Amino acid sequence: MSILANQDTRLIVQGITGNEGLFHAEQMLLYKTNIVAGVTPGKGGGWVLNGKVPIFDTVQTAVDATGANASVIFVPAKYTADAIYEAVDADIPLVVCITEGTPVQDMMRVKQYLRSRKTRLIGPNCPGILSPGESKIGIIPGNIAIQGNIGLVSRSGTLTYEVLYALQQKKLGVSTCVGIGGDPVKGLGFIEVLELFEADPLTDSVILIGEIGGNEEEYAADYIARKMTKPVVAFIAGISAPPGRRMGHAGAIIEGTSGNAENKIKKLESVGVKIAHYPEQIPDLIRN
Amino acid sequence: MRLHEYQSKSLFSKYGIPIPKGRIASSATEAKQISEELGGKVVIKSQVLVGGRGKAGGIRLAKTNKEAEDYATEILGMEVKGIPVRKVLVDEAVSISKEIYLSIANDRNSQKPILMASSAGGVDIEETALKTPDKIIKRTIDPLIGLRDYQLRDIAISIDLDRKYWKSFSEIISALWRLYVDTDATIVEINPLVITADEKLIALDAKVVLDDNAMFRHSDLAEMRDIDEEAPAEVEGRKFGVVFIKLDGNIGCLVNGAGLAMATMDIIKLLGGTPANFLDIGGGASSEKVAAAFRIILTDPNVKAILINVFGGITRCDEVAKGILGAMKLIKPKIPVIVRLVGTNRDEGMKMLEGTNLITADSLYSAAKIAIEQTREAGK
Repeated sequence: MSILANQDTRLIVQGITGNEGLFHAEQMLLYKTNIVAGVTPGKGGGWVLNGKVPIFDTVQTAVDATGANASVIFVPAKYTADAIYEAVDADIPLVVCITEGTPVQDMMRVKQYLRSRKTRLIGPNCPGILSPGESKIGIIPGNIAIQGNIGLVSRSGTLTYEVLYALQQKKLGVSTCVGIGGDPVKGLGFIEVLELFEADPLTDSVILIGEIGGNEEEYAADYIARKMTKPVVAFIAGISAPPGRRMGHAGAIIEGTSGNAENKIKKLESVGVKIAHYPEQIPDLIRN
Repeated sequence: MRLHEYQSKSLFSKYGIPIPKGRIASSATEAKQISEELGGKVVIKSQVLVGGRGKAGGIRLAKTNKEAEDYATEILGMEVKGIPVRKVLVDEAVSISKEIYLSIANDRNSQKPILMASSAGGVDIEETALKTPDKIIKRTIDPLIGLRDYQLRDIAISIDLDRKYWKSFSEIISALWRLYVDTDATIVEINPLVITADEKLIALDAKVVLDDNAMFRHSDLAEMRDIDEEAPAEVEGRKFGVVFIKLDGNIGCLVNGAGLAMATMDIIKLLGGTPANFLDIGGGASSEKVAAAFRIILTDPNVKAILINVFGGITRCDEVAKGILGAMKLIKPKIPVIVRLVGTNRDEGMKMLEGTNLITADSLYSAAKIAIEQTREAGK
């Protein structure tokens, strides 16, 4: 069992003819993800990946022809907002945007637009969703996770893989891994994903991977205290980061005393969350 | 990307926000000349991209042309927080009767633009925010609709602004909003926006920070970037899409992804070592990019070992291995290089590193441990 992505996922890939889009479409197919179509404006009517995936010019025609219920976006940053609007306007219930470097004001407008719609957005600037053994939407390497009952939600990309790999080494399986992305303005946040894990009968415990910047971990701690019955283990990256420096993620700026790693850790610990000091420590904490 | 005050003011002027008369000068003679044009009472303001200029002595009020020249000489010879002053802005002095704070910024919490205003503008605005937050009013703005007229009135009323200023104040807020949207700013700030003795509103200072991600549609603004104020290695890194930040330690880090880069620094510190830098080679790194990252780390003489920690997602391990080997051939580092690759195409990547003088590690924990041991060896 899993959240967001599963065997019923019928996926389209926006930007399937680009380098990254094509490479990862192939990886997703190898993982047995049901990719029903690709979308690249101007290339509709063609096929990619040895005739396995048809290309459409628009998302709507792809949805009409295939009944797609999810989309993953690999288009360049300057087209990200438009690609999301197109998927939302085609009423796709789940949109996952991998692209990094999207202008923040573009995302604020997208976010506002989403408030009146039913689409769930994950990302941008995220690695996507992996439900081991069922479906993979995005770029998380499929070979580093096994199926199980641990839910994982993370603001980071490669750090998420690090944790999945550490779990796999100890034969610990994952129900779903959701990379929500590191941008300051984005789709689903920690709380929305924690809600989904809390409601998922086959997720027994949850790992939360946060980092410096913003207050999302603090709000997640409040939510955990009020609503979560399942145990949560957390790792917060950036305890060694000097204050006030930008660390590559637009969001990872320490604003005053809020947003730093110590505060987040303290807040999470105060509501009973076990804190790992480095990623490879997580398996032992989640088992006990 | 932060703009200088004079650059921000030129944008203000373009959008119709009133600013004092003034010009930029890079010599004392020039400053004196501008002072003469403006009538001899001017403010000399250092143009550096750090806060606290005034408290550091980088802003001086000159009452005569001679004073303007002297202060300009002084300020152009000084450093503000370690940054040498290369230019000064010479603005006509304005008699102030009231200072207002006004800004629009991206707000993470609401995920919307937020407008902040206060009747207690000036240098102590941050203290005001801490001690009497009620004195700063905050209003989120719908990014699809923009500022509404009623919001403009509400803001003016909320900061107890005299009615006779409502119209000009509203025009300034509207112009600031247009500037914020048009330039893809993350922050636009006027502190202070003053009411002068002759009852006019003027922006005495200007701060504009632009979104680096949006530069593709603002080539004119991108040209305003002042690389003189950035560390050369950081500028070099940006050319290759590498984010590099120098720190004080002795273990160079080469990592893909910001979160993992921080976790790598964190574990080095946890195990008793010191990271020399933050370095994120980003996603989809080519071998050329990895090689450049390698060169950038090795420009720091404090580095006694390099820890490469790459987890393959978009960036495939064989690409990274190729980059490392290419860089090793070019640079031939005399210090130990510890490599840990995992993820997409890991086996291909690790196989390419066999039979070289690179030290390989299976886990992040052991990689960090080896790196720290190696720096201790080097210290003996």
